[in-house]
Amino acid sequence: MNIEAVKSIYFFEMARTRRTLLQSVVSPVISTSLYFIVFGAAIGGRIQEIDGVSYGAFITPGLMMLTLLTQCIGNGSFGIYFPKFTGTIYEVLSSPVSMVEIVLGYVGAAATKGLMIGTIILLTASLFVDLTIAHPFVMVFFFVLTAISFSLFGFIIGIWAKDFEQLNLIPMLVIPPLVFLGGSFYSVKMLPPFWQAVSHFNPVLYLISGFRWSFFEVSDVNPIFSAVIILAFLMICMSVLAWIFRTGYRLRN
Amino acid sequence: MAPIVSVSNLSKTYASGFKALKGVSLDIEEGEILALLGPNGAGKTTLISIICGIVNPSGGTVMVGGHDVVRDFRETRAMIGLVPQELTTDAFETVWNTVTFSRGLHGRKPNPDHIEKVLKDLSLWDKKDNMLRELSGGMKRRVLIAKALSHEPRVLFLDEPTAGVDVNLRKSMWDVVERLRASGVTIILTTHYIEEAEEIADRIGVINGGEILLVEDKAALMSKLGRKQLRVDLAHPLDDVPDVLSSYNLTLEGDGHCLIYDYDTSAERTGITTLLAALAEAGIRLKDISTRQSSLEDIFVEIVGAGR
Repeated sequence: MNIEAVKSIYFFEMARTRRTLLQSVVSPVISTSLYFIVFGAAIGGRIQEIDGVSYGAFITPGLMMLTLLTQCIGNGSFGIYFPKFTGTIYEVLSSPVSMVEIVLGYVGAAATKGLMIGTIILLTASLFVDLTIAHPFVMVFFFVLTAISFSLFGFIIGIWAKDFEQLNLIPMLVIPPLVFLGGSFYSVKMLPPFWQAVSHFNPVLYLISGFRWSFFEVSDVNPIFSAVIILAFLMICMSVLAWIFRTGYRLRN
Repeated sequence: MAPIVSVSNLSKTYASGFKALKGVSLDIEEGEILALLGPNGAGKTTLISIICGIVNPSGGTVMVGGHDVVRDFRETRAMIGLVPQELTTDAFETVWNTVTFSRGLHGRKPNPDHIEKVLKDLSLWDKKDNMLRELSGGMKRRVLIAKALSHEPRVLFLDEPTAGVDVNLRKSMWDVVERLRASGVTIILTTHYIEEAEEIADRIGVINGGEILLVEDKAALMSKLGRKQLRVDLAHPLDDVPDVLSSYNLTLEGDGHCLIYDYDTSAERTGITTLLAALAEAGIRLKDISTRQSSLEDIFVEIVGAGR
């Protein structure tokens, strides 16, 4: 294992986060605060509790997931796409590093950044609403696993993308509907039966539901299901990556 | 001694169907400077990219230091430094960080003293805290060389290192190459400036259309293919080469004002003395005499032209 290389890639990527601190950290804090002011204070005051949880608290796990997914996909894809775009990827490809080490460096950094921002949002949220975490270990399980698997997913997008439009296609067009319709801001039980059924095909619903369960012990689906879904997603991403590395797809061919 | 780089029967067909390499074989000796010449699209960069691990080969093998570049990629890539053709740099990084990053990527422990030496050798020390986007093209080129030297490679690939680089910088870059060679580093370079290859390389390889046309010791190549020409300017023009001179295979140029005699410098007798005597005997008066040796460029054009 080329530990020096993993460290180099990881810290090189984290250095970019430091350089863009304002955009990386301050902007999610501001947008979260806006969500709480609008949904928590203004509208939330008129919404009754959902499953015995105040509306402001109810949306916190959803907001964390929304940001975590967007950030991890964004960082994971940009981290590998940018060197491909500028051409500096030649150096990584000609170094004595295995693909596993490349992934550890890039995906590790993307997931770390996502987790940092998720935590900042949690802290910001706790300024607006009373939060208790019923099952901290389960919460960390969902939090970390989601960060890793969506950073991997982003990494795959970054390898696949041939231009900036493709790079933004999934994060911009696919993820927001999945997150918004996955019950970030409501319980799917509030939907008519037909849309409830449709919602169950949305994988993000399971993530948000499981994550919310770790906070409040309320969920739209069984949290075990949620854990299975996130593990399955992780396995799918790892299998796709294994195939990419075996064939050199869009990297070495 | 076993060659440090051994390429056998290497082929590469890209997904588009383009055959970039068609069964290339090439041995590179440790410590030598090999210049690879070839027109654009000849396969030079593909060959280098496969040896360095950037592109997967379609067939054939490459051994570096006795290790297979695909199977034992850790060993081979740790030995190799690559300066790519394109000026690709992380615009927002500092010189110091990007060079340090390269060393770590190659699995070497941090060594600020070595990085400092490399940067000083390349006259980049005073720019170490500058962002790469603030540097001129020539400086970026030097940063790429510094990155390639950061992990103390045994084999250095320079893909068109002097493209777009001014004369002074080119000179100082060749000084660096000379020093590296003196320290035992094997250097493979591609260039379009053939006079550069002529000046610094030990051996010349010519590649065209994905095939190696020849690999020769430079001196041997020059004497084997390098012809010398004697040019005789005449006081009075001639209509034809006189019959008495027919054995010399002369050509008449410049509206009959000039006789050209091709000869072989390595031959026992060049025939110049007898030719001049014969000219005097035939009553032909001379105005001037000059000789000219074919350059590597002429040789290159000839080989590549013949291959077409």
